[in-house]
Order: sequence, then structure tokens, then C-alpha cells
Amino acid sequence: MIALVDYRAGNVFSVTSALERLGAEVVLTSDADVILSADRVVFPGVGYAKSAMDELEARGLLPVLRAVRRPFLGICLGMQLMCSHSDEGDTGLIGIVDASVERFDAGVCQKIPQIGWNRILRPRGPLFDGIRDGEWFFFDHSYYVPLLGDATVCETEYYGFEYTSALGVDNFYGVQFHPEKSGKAGERLLANFLEL
Amino acid sequence: MLAKRIIPCLDIKDGRTVKGINFLNLKDAGDPVENAVRYCEEGADELVFLDITATVERREPLSALVRRIARNINIPFTVGGGIRTVEDVQSILTSGADKVSINSQAVRNPSLISGSSSRFGAQCMVVAIDARANAAMKSGYEVCVDGGRTPAGLDVLDWALEVQDLGAGEILLTSMEADGTRNGYDIGITALLSKSLHIPVIASGGAGRPEDFARVFGPECGADAALAASVFHYHEIGIGELKAYLQRAAITVRV
Repeated sequence: MIALVDYRAGNVFSVTSALERLGAEVVLTSDADVILSADRVVFPGVGYAKSAMDELEARGLLPVLRAVRRPFLGICLGMQLMCSHSDEGDTGLIGIVDASVERFDAGVCQKIPQIGWNRILRPRGPLFDGIRDGEWFFFDHSYYVPLLGDATVCETEYYGFEYTSALGVDNFYGVQFHPEKSGKAGERLLANFLEL
Repeated sequence: MLAKRIIPCLDIKDGRTVKGINFLNLKDAGDPVENAVRYCEEGADELVFLDITATVERREPLSALVRRIARNINIPFTVGGGIRTVEDVQSILTSGADKVSINSQAVRNPSLISGSSSRFGAQCMVVAIDARANAAMKSGYEVCVDGGRTPAGLDVLDWALEVQDLGAGEILLTSMEADGTRNGYDIGITALLSKSLHIPVIASGGAGRPEDFARVFGPECGADAALAASVFHYHEIGIGELKAYLQRAAITVRV
């Protein structure tokens, strides 16, 4: 069973559908026991970092998410919230990864948000099994996670600027793009996650 | 660098895909979900579903169909037609659509753009503009509403700049003259909007040959995405072959 973390994080219908197409049983929940006993945890997110953190805090979910020991996948804002600080609303984050989330520099990146299909570069680790270097994924974001050394498991370039498009630390993974909207490549990534 | 997007469009009436020319003489063209799944498999980057009768007949948006689409496809999609309120926008988005497209109602009630954009984000607000040539207008094109039937008295460029300020995330620009002709996209107005706006422009109306796509994406015009219906629906252009052609023409596409 997959626990899809419920904190009113925008539309979760597409994530649920994508996982169900792969045969997974998905439960939308904010119950600590359900999250901690699930085989996998998917942490979605669309919206504003500060309001998302307020909602997680109100539901008492911060210590619960940190305590997950099964494979965990943050998607889009979900990945950003795994870091320690965001400029979006100047807020502290969950703190699974020590990193600061920043806004794309408008002087460099002419179009913000980045919305569309971009490539992932040098993907590494089991999440990207069978996914080629340079594969296209669907992105939709204005804030980014900087390069993190070993915790970065692939990069993406936007107007010549490279940032972390996926991260991995122990059982915790995060992807900036939307695998549920990324065609066959996204489907493969989710299937890989289910195999971890 | 982002890929230029190929977007098949499905016109929907009473839950079925339909095809016509200049929005007239509609013929049944199959089940929208089956059509959509086929386009995903062929390599479409995104899909647009337009309920083309909704504005005229004031029918409810197609939430049930939207859910069925969302359950079955794995690329982003936009739904338009008959969306009148922020609640309508919410209903379409929570049914699983990634974006909504508004057209006539944006003209009648521009606060629908700002209200929806501030609540759900600019990324999900597509403003569709039907443009008809009119030499009396500054840009040479006038905005039309009600499926192109009613001139709105607005200059296309002025209106595009205004909706960008109001929070539109993207413009879907259809040339009424070019639509259905297969003689190519209207490069003039598409280039003008692409160069004047900082949000993406989707070109629509007139696609007939792979060369038309290369031209609308090329430096002369600069569209971010190209929408077409008939050429994909009737298998006249395969999306895979089209992308291979564009790649040879040095245009960045997802393959």
C-alpha cells in the first residue's frame, strides 16, 4: 500500500491515477500510523511553500515525515519541502535534506515559472533505472533546489543554469518534475520507485 | 532548453470528439479518451479538449469526462469551453485537468482570469484568443468571441498584453481565417504575439504539412507550441514523423 500524504496539496488525482495504472493501491491520508506503516510514501505538492508548511504543521506531520523509513518520494513542491529553508514565504521546511530553496534569477531565466518539457542530465541511482541521460520530463516551477553534491541524483539546465532536478538521501527521494505527467519516462520512474 | 510542444486538440460535443471547418458542419470523430490515449502513445506533448458547444448552449463543463481522461493519460492536458466562474475552474482542475482555457468569458469578465490565477496559479490559466483579420485594428486583428461568431471590438495584441497582466499563464491563439484551411499557421499575428509577450504562445489554426510546424516554431515566428486537430485526427501527419522532421530542421522537440 502506498500512502499519499494528504495536506490539501492541490490536485492529487493525476498522481493517484498514475500509481493505480501501475497496479498500486493508493491511500490518501494524513494519519501518522498509516503513513509510517505504508510500504511506500508519496509526498505530492503544488502551491506555495509557506502555506504548505503551515498545513503540515497543523496536521502534526513534520515529525511523522522525518520518521519514514520506507521509500519516500517527494514530487515538485513535495521535493522542495524536504529541504531546510525556502525563500517562497521565507519559511523553514521539513529538513530531511540540508538545502535552501531559491527562486530562479529573473536576470538569467527569462521565463518564470518554467513550464514544459525539459531534460534530466546524468541521472544516477535506482530511481532512474532504464531511463537515459537527457530524457524529457514535465516541469512546472518557479523555485529550485541548488546542486547538492552527493544528494543530487540528476540535474536540469534552464537558460544555462543548472539545478537539482532529483535528489536522493537514504530512503528519501525527491523529483522536481512531475513523473505522473511525463509520459512513458515518468511511468518508468514511478515503476522504479515501486520496485525500490 | 524547453522542447517546442506538439498539441493535438480534440473538439468535444456531447461527450464525443467532433470535427468541422470554421466550427461548422460537425462530424463525429470518436471517443475522446480513446483518441487521447492514441495521441499520448504517438508522442503528443500535451492535449487540449475544447467543449465547442458549451459557450453557445451554456451547458455545464464536462467534469466526468475530465476525470475519465485524467485516469487514462500521462501527459498534461487543458480543458476549455463554457467555463464561467472560479468555481468552474476549480471543478475542472480537481477533476484532473492541468489547465483550463477560457475565451469568451475572459472578454466578458476579465476578473475570471485574475481571480483564478491568484487562486490556482498562472500555470493553469490559458486564455484562448480567436483572431479575425480587421484592418481597422492596430495589430490588424480583432478578438472574436462565441466560437468566432461575435467581434469583440478588441485589438488582439492589446488584449493579449492585458490578459498577460491579469495573470494568464499562456495564450492559445487561433486565426479564424487560417483555421481548417491547412494552408499553414498565420505567421504574422503569431510572431507579433510571441515577440511581444513573456508568456508562451500556442499557435492554432491552419496546420496542413510538417513545414507549417517548422515555420511556426522557427526564428521567424517563435511560437512555443503548435496545436492542430484534423491533420492528427485523420492520420495525415503522424506525431512521431513530425517530430523527426522537426528535429532534422534543428528544432528542439521531445523524442
